[in-house]
Amino acid sequence: MREERGRPRRVVMIWMALLALAVALLVPFLGMRTIGLESVLRGERGDPDSFIFWNLRVPRLLASLLAGSALALSGMTFQAMFRNSLATPFTLGVASGASLGAAIYVRLGLSFSLLGLSGLSLFAFLGALLSIGLVYGLTRVKKGFSTATMLLAGVAVNFLFSSSILFIQYLSGVIHSFRIVRWLMGSLENTGYRSVWEMLPLVAGGVALVLCFTRELNLFLTGEELAQSRGMDVPRTKRTLFLATSLMVGGVVAVCGPIGFVGMMVPHICRLLIGADHNWLAPATLLFGGAFLALCDILSRTLIAPAEIPVGVITALLGAPFFLWLLLRGESEKGLL
Amino acid sequence: MGLKATSPLISLSGFSLQIGGRRILDRISLTVEAGEFVSVIGPNGAGKTTLLKCLDGILRGGEGRIEVKGRPLSAYSSRELARLISYVPPGDGTPIPFTVREFVLLARYPHLSPFSSGGKEDREAVWAALEATGTGSLADRYLDTLSGGERQKVLIAAALAQGGEILLLDEPTAFLDPKHEEEVYRILVQINREGGRTVISVTHDLNHALLVSKRILALKGGSVLFFGPPQIMVEQGILELAFEKSFRYLSHPDSGKVLVFPEWDL
Repeated sequence: MREERGRPRRVVMIWMALLALAVALLVPFLGMRTIGLESVLRGERGDPDSFIFWNLRVPRLLASLLAGSALALSGMTFQAMFRNSLATPFTLGVASGASLGAAIYVRLGLSFSLLGLSGLSLFAFLGALLSIGLVYGLTRVKKGFSTATMLLAGVAVNFLFSSSILFIQYLSGVIHSFRIVRWLMGSLENTGYRSVWEMLPLVAGGVALVLCFTRELNLFLTGEELAQSRGMDVPRTKRTLFLATSLMVGGVVAVCGPIGFVGMMVPHICRLLIGADHNWLAPATLLFGGAFLALCDILSRTLIAPAEIPVGVITALLGAPFFLWLLLRGESEKGLL
Repeated sequence: MGLKATSPLISLSGFSLQIGGRRILDRISLTVEAGEFVSVIGPNGAGKTTLLKCLDGILRGGEGRIEVKGRPLSAYSSRELARLISYVPPGDGTPIPFTVREFVLLARYPHLSPFSSGGKEDREAVWAALEATGTGSLADRYLDTLSGGERQKVLIAAALAQGGEILLLDEPTAFLDPKHEEEVYRILVQINREGGRTVISVTHDLNHALLVSKRILALKGGSVLFFGPPQIMVEQGILELAFEKSFRYLSHPDSGKVLVFPEWDL
């Protein structure tokens, strides 16, 4: 236990910002083929390096920054509301709900857009909202929910949605089915500027909402009853934050598939570094989340180049041991820190 | 006929609450005047904690009426109610990952304008609350590093910083050593007498209740068994009725105040 605060939070925040900046500036140059600064600056037509840089790597970087930030922030939101580091949209089945929504859209062969949002994103958002409704319902039915019960409920929700997705795959043709499988692994492989634009409205909306609720997230950490007694309308705040999380998770999953564990690891690490006050934690999580996923994406592009490892596989390889560590540390029953 | 038509601070009439088909509170009618110190006693499961939570709007619903300052409780928004009533939860050791200063500042929530995390006025209120509870030296400690007694005082400080005129406490001295018990009660009495705040405190320590309360509310099976001054409660043998066991009464050798202890048959 810390008796006093270690490093000043401002210093940690500056480091986070520098890290994110460094990652954003360096990542597009790195990969199977390292690109020199001059060819990018010259930007000649027909120069393959320049093409790769501006048309493949930069949009992919932007997509990974957006997705990483959004996943990390939605994880932070869930962790605060459930007062548990293990509670994230991924572990509680929200991401698979979003996946199911997207898979249904693909299977139905629909193609429409509404208010500039693709149908795929909307379906993923609705899937996320549906599964959050399930989780919310479960927490209401069973008050005083232990970590074990909550995680098991998450497993059950996950099973339900995963098997529904399997069923959809079963009904689909081989090529289609393979695409669903690759997508379910969580990947940034085919992200162009279009993916960025597709994610942006949902993600930005969700992020903005969460950033308006940092004080409420702090109050959640003191317990729901105390939060209510301090004048926070707990049910309404919960609904708003669930909506924000659905927006972010739906937006990301529709484009990148369910990339797991970012929402668990990033906020937890940030909390260790900067403390639990969400006025600081939320921006730190945004910065570190983006940088983290962009770094994971470098690994995914280079480890077995010229082939790619889906980034979701990388985050899962890092995240699963992290999850076990959190679980076995034994403090998860007690709560957050 | 009263000369002034002021309504009581808190009034319940025929208030009942069911949870999961079980009647926890049963047709409770009572009024509490401003500036009172009320202790709520009764056996486990009598509905004491539930009553506090209903008064604080943590539990909503129920039949009958609760009015605060002549206005139905349901007509208050969460924020409005929080500016009037603050609540000190039982010291159950729930981990709270904040420093004392951060935690007490969070209690200013109902006074904050949107998106603000507290201005000068709020910081002053926090400091005044820390001073009043003698916890100023703990300001930069994490709550989870405090002893039970220190933590309880900080919880009270947060309730003070919240600034309501009504303070509800749920077993404020459970698990505390005699020294901290005294300190907590000294703070509460001061808040009540000098600060003029109304205190309603659930307790299992009957001697505390006898010593500090203006009136004692005895609940049993969700109904009001007795609500009146401590002396009369003792004379009417209310404790025996409430707890279904015998008690002995003594008078304090110096002050002459009545003390009670349960008679054990081991």
